[in-house]
Amino acid sequence: MFGPFRHGYNPRPMPPALLVLEDGTVYRGTSFGATADTIGEVVFNTSLTGYQEIATDPSYRFQIVVMTYPHIGNYGVENIVQQSDAPQVAGFVVRDAIEEPSNLHAEASLSAYFAATNISAIQGIDTRALTRRIRNEGAMRGMITTRADRPIDDIVAEIRNAPSMSGLDLVQRVSTSSKYDFNENAAGAKRRIAVYDFGVKRDILRQLTRQNCDVTVFPAQTDPRTILDAKFDGVLLSNGPGDPEPVTYAQENIRKLIGQIPLFGICLGHQLLGLALGGRTYKLKFGHRGGNHPVKDLRSGRVEITAQNHGFSVDPDSLSENDVEYTHINLNDQTLEGFRHRREPVVAVQYHPEAAPGPHDSFYLFDDFMRMIEEWRVSRD
Amino acid sequence: MPKRTDLRSILVIGSGPIIIGQACEFDYSGTQACKALKEEGYRIILVNSNPATIMTDPEFADRTYIEPLTPEVVERIIEREKPDAILPTVGGQTGINLAMALHENGALQRHNVELIGANYEAIKTAEDRQLFKECMARIGSECARSGYAGSLAEAEQFASEIGYPLVIRPSFTLGGQGGGIAYNIEELRAIVSRGLDLSPVHRVLVEESVIGWKEFELEVMRDKADNVIIVCSIENFDPMGVHTGDSITVAPQQTLTNSEYQAMRDEAKRIIRAIGVETGGSNIQFAVDPKTGRRLVIEMNPRVSRSSALASKATGFPIAKFAAKLAAGYTLDEIPNDITKKTPASFEPTLDYVVVKIPRFAFEKFRNTDPLLSFSMQSVGEAMAIGRTFNEALQKGLRSLEIGVAGLETRHTPPERMEKMLRTPTPERIFAIGDAFRAGMSVSEVYELTAVDPWFLRQMREIIAIEKSIAGINDAKALLHWKRNGFSDRQIANLTGRTERDVRDARHSLGIRPVYKRVDTCAAEFEATTPYLYSTYETENEAEPTSRRKVIILGSGPNRIGQGIEFDTCCVHASFALRGIGFETIMVNCNPETVSTDYDTSDRLYFEPLTLEDVLEIVDLEKPEGVIVQFGGQTPLKLANALAAAGVPMWGTSVDSIDIAEDRERFGALVKKHDILVPEHGIATSEAEAFRVAQKIGYPVVVRPSYVLGGRAMAVVYDETAMREYIGYAVEAAPGHPILVDRFLEDAIELDVDAISDGNDVVIAGVMQHIEEAGIHSGDSTCVIPPYIITQRDQDRIRRRTVELAKALKVVGLMNVQYAILKNELYVLEVNPRASRTIPYVSKATGVPFAKVAARVMAGESLQSQGITSEPRVEGYFVKAPVFPFNRFPKEDTILGPEMKSTGEVMGSSPTFGEAYAKALLGAQVKLPLGGCAFISVNDNDKRQVVIDLARELRNLGFSLIATAGTREFLTGNGIEVGLVAKVHESRPNVVDRMINREVSLIINTPLGRSAHYDDTYIRKTALQLGITCLTTLSATTACVEAIRVLREGVSTIAALQEQHAS
Repeated sequence: MFGPFRHGYNPRPMPPALLVLEDGTVYRGTSFGATADTIGEVVFNTSLTGYQEIATDPSYRFQIVVMTYPHIGNYGVENIVQQSDAPQVAGFVVRDAIEEPSNLHAEASLSAYFAATNISAIQGIDTRALTRRIRNEGAMRGMITTRADRPIDDIVAEIRNAPSMSGLDLVQRVSTSSKYDFNENAAGAKRRIAVYDFGVKRDILRQLTRQNCDVTVFPAQTDPRTILDAKFDGVLLSNGPGDPEPVTYAQENIRKLIGQIPLFGICLGHQLLGLALGGRTYKLKFGHRGGNHPVKDLRSGRVEITAQNHGFSVDPDSLSENDVEYTHINLNDQTLEGFRHRREPVVAVQYHPEAAPGPHDSFYLFDDFMRMIEEWRVSRD
Repeated sequence: MPKRTDLRSILVIGSGPIIIGQACEFDYSGTQACKALKEEGYRIILVNSNPATIMTDPEFADRTYIEPLTPEVVERIIEREKPDAILPTVGGQTGINLAMALHENGALQRHNVELIGANYEAIKTAEDRQLFKECMARIGSECARSGYAGSLAEAEQFASEIGYPLVIRPSFTLGGQGGGIAYNIEELRAIVSRGLDLSPVHRVLVEESVIGWKEFELEVMRDKADNVIIVCSIENFDPMGVHTGDSITVAPQQTLTNSEYQAMRDEAKRIIRAIGVETGGSNIQFAVDPKTGRRLVIEMNPRVSRSSALASKATGFPIAKFAAKLAAGYTLDEIPNDITKKTPASFEPTLDYVVVKIPRFAFEKFRNTDPLLSFSMQSVGEAMAIGRTFNEALQKGLRSLEIGVAGLETRHTPPERMEKMLRTPTPERIFAIGDAFRAGMSVSEVYELTAVDPWFLRQMREIIAIEKSIAGINDAKALLHWKRNGFSDRQIANLTGRTERDVRDARHSLGIRPVYKRVDTCAAEFEATTPYLYSTYETENEAEPTSRRKVIILGSGPNRIGQGIEFDTCCVHASFALRGIGFETIMVNCNPETVSTDYDTSDRLYFEPLTLEDVLEIVDLEKPEGVIVQFGGQTPLKLANALAAAGVPMWGTSVDSIDIAEDRERFGALVKKHDILVPEHGIATSEAEAFRVAQKIGYPVVVRPSYVLGGRAMAVVYDETAMREYIGYAVEAAPGHPILVDRFLEDAIELDVDAISDGNDVVIAGVMQHIEEAGIHSGDSTCVIPPYIITQRDQDRIRRRTVELAKALKVVGLMNVQYAILKNELYVLEVNPRASRTIPYVSKATGVPFAKVAARVMAGESLQSQGITSEPRVEGYFVKAPVFPFNRFPKEDTILGPEMKSTGEVMGSSPTFGEAYAKALLGAQVKLPLGGCAFISVNDNDKRQVVIDLARELRNLGFSLIATAGTREFLTGNGIEVGLVAKVHESRPNVVDRMINREVSLIINTPLGRSAHYDDTYIRKTALQLGITCLTTLSATTACVEAIRVLREGVSTIAALQEQHAS
C-alpha cells in the first residue's frame, strides 16, 4: 500500500528547506520526503518511538509535527501500525531523518514513505530550540518550504493568511464518507459497537475488536436515530483533529444519545461530550503531545502513563458537578483528563487509552466500557 | 500516601570498596538515599567500609560507621543503634548480600528490623536462577532455556532438547573461567569435560546461546500504590555475549519499533510486580533476536545498579533518591520532579539527545590476560557523553576515555587481522569497525562479523565518510558539519596536518562555537530550573551564565586503576566548600558513576569530556574567577599548562611548581639545592645505556619509561636478563621515550605524607606508614595512621622535610610526598603538589576535611583563618587496605609491585593496631585463617629473627607449620617444629598438592629477585584460585599474625565517626 520504495542506501541529494513560523522565526534545514510547500499549526511531540502512528493519526490533520527526539526513522515504517490509510500530518520536522531503517519489521524508510505519500518534511534543524519557542510563545502556524530564496516576509504573509485552528471544523475533512464495518477477528462477537468517526485512530477500533466487539464506523454527521435504531450495545465517540467548538452537529447528536446508550468519548470525543453536557473548551498554550504524561485516576489513586495528543481541553469549572464526576486529571498541569456522568452511562477521557503510540497503561478503560455496557444492559432488563 | 511515621531510624548499607562491577555509582546512590531520608527527618545510620566516599562524610548521616561489611559487624551496629529498618537496595550486591545474610542468620528477626525497598522473598526470587525462571514462567515470560549438568551425558541430553549453539558455564569458577560456546557435539564434549573439571562443584550450566542477539535494559520504578514507570531504556551497542558493564551502551534504545518497545515495557511491569519489588528501582535486561523479534528476559536486579546510575545521569531523573523516598512510603506522584519542580516524578522521562556510555579497561595492567570481553565484567570505569546525535555522542565519549584518541580515530588495523578484530569483542573493536569502513567494507560485512546492529554501523560509516571528506579548515559550512558529527578540534587537526590550536583559531574566526543544552527530563516541554548542560553544535544556547563569583572545578574523568573515587570525593568537597563561602561552583566531568556529576552537587554541571577544547569553551562562556585542577588527579593536571597558556585563571599551586615536581631535571635541581636525599638514578636512551646505568646504581633497580603515569609499565628488575626483557616492554608502552632507572630501596619502610599550605603556613594533614616494604605502589599498599613503628626522630625529620618541600614549591593547596627510610636514611621518592589518593582517608582518620580546607585556601582564605594551625591528633589507629581485582583476572600473578593494580580501598579503625588492621582486612574481604596449617617459604634475606618470631607466634595461635627445605632448616635450627614439604618441581605430593587437598590454610611466601617471582607464581595462582590467604612480605605477615590473634577473639570495638571525632 505504500507504493514503490527505494531500498538500500542511495539517498538522492535533497534541497535545502526552511521552516518559517508566523512570528517570522526561520529554521534552516534540508528537505526530506516530499518537497511541496506545506502550512500547518506547528506542534511538538515528545514520544521517543511511534513516529508512524503519529504521522497517520487523523487528529494531526493540518498540523506540522516536530518530533523532539533527534533520530527519527530508525526502525522504518510498516503497514500494520498505521492509524489511518495514509499520513495525515501537514508536515514533519526532525533533527535527523534516518535514511536506512534497521528492524526486521521495516517495510520502507520514513523518507521514502513520506515521498510516496506526499508529506513534506524537514530535517537538520535545532528542534529543541523550536520546541522551546513553541513552549514559550504558544502554538503557531508555520510553513515548510523548499523555495529557500523566497522573501521571508512573503512566506510569513502567506502563513498568516492560512486559517487558524481555533474555530475551524476539521472533522468533516477526516471523517469517513460512508459507514463501514471493522470486524478484524471477531468471530461470534459478543457486542456491537458504533463508532462516531471524528478522525478515528485504527487502534481504537482494534481495541474494541480485542474486546470481542463487532464495530461499525459511522460518518461524523450520522443521525443518532440511525445508531439507536440499529440497537448497538454502545457508542464510542472517537478522537479527531482541531477545535471541538465549531463541530456543533456532533454536540447536538451526542446530546441526543446521552442516557439512551452507553457512551465512551476519547480525546475530541471527550471534548464534544463536555460541550454536549453544557461545558466549555479552551485552547491550551501548546497542547499535550507525547507518551509520558502522568494521569491520575482519582477513584483508585493510581497513576497511569498516557499517550496524549490534544490542543484543546475541557474547562472543568464549566461542567456541573451535580451531573459530572471528574475521574482523571493530568498531574503535570492539573488539566481535566477524564469524567463520567453521575447518572447516565457516559465516560470520557481526554488522552488515548488505545496508545499507538505510547504506553499501554490505560487499556483497562476499554474493559471499563464493556462493564458499563453490561451494567446498562442489566439495569434495562 | 504520606511517608511512614512508624519508622524513626533507618540503617543504610553502603557497597564497600570500589571493585570491578561496583564502583562510584553506589556512593552516588547511597549519598542520594541518605540525603533524601535525612531530609524526611529520619535518623540515619550508615555503614560502609570505604572511607573515600562522600556518603561517609559525617554530615550525611547521624551515625556513620566505617566498619567492615560483615553480618557480624553489622549486627553489632544494629544492637548499638536499634534501627527500625534497613535500606539494602542502594549498596549494590554487597548491600543485598548482607541483608540476605542478616535475614538468614535471624539477626533481623532478633532485633525486629524490617527490610525496606525490597523484601527477602523478592530479592531471593530475583537472585536465585531457578526461582527466577519459575517466576518468569508463571507470568508467561521467556528465559533462555538452560539447565545444570553434572555429567557429560546430562549435558548431551540438554543439547538434544535445546539445540546448538550452546553456552557452557562451569559453576563457581573464578572470573567465569572455563566456559565456552559449543556449535556441535564434539565441542560440547570438550568444553563440558573441561568445565566439569574446573568447577569445584563439578557442575556446568548449559544454556541456549543468545550470543549476537540485541541487548536492552529497562530501568523500572514502582511505588507502594503499584504505580510503575520506566525511567529509561538502554540499548547495548555490543550484542549479547559481552557483559553490559563492558558494553558500549546507548540511551534511549534506538532500534525497537513502538510496538516492540511497548511490549517490552509491559513485560517489565509484569516482572517487577511478579518478583514483588514493592518500592524502588530495578534493572531488567532483555535479549531480542534480530531475525525473529523473539524476546527473552535475561535477568533482573531488584535494587539500584550501575545502569540505574547511568540512567539517572542520562535522564536527569534521580533513581536512588526517589527509591529512598518510595521506601519511606511516598508514592511517585507525591515527589516533585527535581528539574522542572512543577511536575511530579510519576512520569517517564523523555530525551531529546543521545547518550553513549563507553567502558574503560585496564588490560595494560594485566598483561597475562587477553583483552577478551565476555560474561564476566572486566572494565574499571566508564565515560558518558551526551550529544544531539549518536555520532556526536559516540565521538565525545571516545575522547572522554583519555586513551589517546580524539574521537573515532584509526588504529591502523592491519587487513589480515581485520576479520578477527571484528569478530572478537575487545576494547579495540569499536576502532576496528571504524577501520573496516575506512577499508571499504560494507555494513553487512561488518554486521556479519560483529552482530552490532546495522543502525549503529551505518552511523559509524557516516562518521568515516565525513572523515574522508575532511580537508582544509577554512570552510565554515564544512567545519560546522564535522563539529555537528562530533569531530574534535584535535581530530580535525590530525586529519589535516594542522595543530589543534590552528583548528580552534580557524573555528573561532568562523564563529563556530558550541552551544549548551539542558538535560531536563522532558525534552523541553517544561522549563528546566537545573543547569545540567551538555555541548552541541546547534543554534540556541541555554547555558545562561550568571554574573556571580564563580569557579570551575575539573573532575577526574572515567575511573581507572590509580584514579578513582578518591579524586571525585576531593572534587565534590571542593565544590561543597566553595558553595559554602558564596561561590557559584561549576563542575566539569564525564563520569556517570560519580557524586560530582549529580546535578545537585554543584551549582552548575557541564557533562563534558575533559579535553582542552571542551574545557576552554566552557571557560570562555562562563568566565570564572578561577579554574581548579588540583583535585581531579592527573586528568585535569595534564591540562594545566595548556589552560594557563591560554590565559585561563588557575587557582592553587602554580603551573610552574607542578612542572618542577613532574620534570625530573627541574626536580633534581630542587632536591640538590635543598640537600634532599633521593634514590640514585639515571636516564637511559638505549639498551646498552640502561645496562650501564643499572650497573652503576646496582641491581635491583626500579625502571619506568618517562612520561607515563600511575606507575604504568613500572617494574623492579633484578638482573640484566630481566632488564633486557623489560626494555622491550617499555618501548611498547612509551615508544621513543627514555627509560628512567632508580635504585630500588629493597626492604625499606615507606611513608606517605599529605600536607596543606596556603602559601605561608604549611600544616601536615597526616603521616601514613606503609605496612609492606617499599617497592609496592603506594596505592596498593596497606598503610596506617599514625605510623606505628617509626621513631619520633624519623617522624620529625619527615615533617620538617615536608614543610621544606611545600615552601620550596610554593604550594597553595594540597601536596603529597612519598618517603622511604632505609638504614637510617630518609629518601624522598616522589612529590605531588595536588590532592592525593589518600586525602579522603586522611580526612576520615583525622576528622578534618582537607580537600574542603584546600579549596578555601585556593579561594584566598588562610589556614589560620580556617582554624587549621597544626597537624590533627589521631586517636587510635586507622588502617587503609587495598582491594584487588585478581578474581577477574585469574591468569595474573598476585604479587604486588610498582605498577598499581588495586581498584579500591577500605578503612579499619580501633584503639589498637592489630584490631584496626584486622578490620581493614575484614573490610577488604581478605579471609584470614584462624588456624590450620601455615606454609612458609622465605627468601634468604628474610631468614632472620622476625621469621622465627612469626613462626613461634603462629604455633602459639595453634597453627601447624610446613616449609620448603631451606626455610625449614632455618626454622628448625632455631628450635621451631616445622614439617617438610616439597617444592613443585621436586617431588610429589608437593606444596600445591597439599593446597589442592585443602591441607594448607595460610601461605607465607616471600620471593626475592625476579626469578623467584616467576618460580613461585604457581603457588600464588593456586592460592588465588582456592581462596587461600597468601602473604608475600614479612611486614604484612607480622601485621596479619596480629590480626589473626584479634580475629580469634572477635572484633571488640566498633565506633561511629561522630564518636571518634566528637571533640
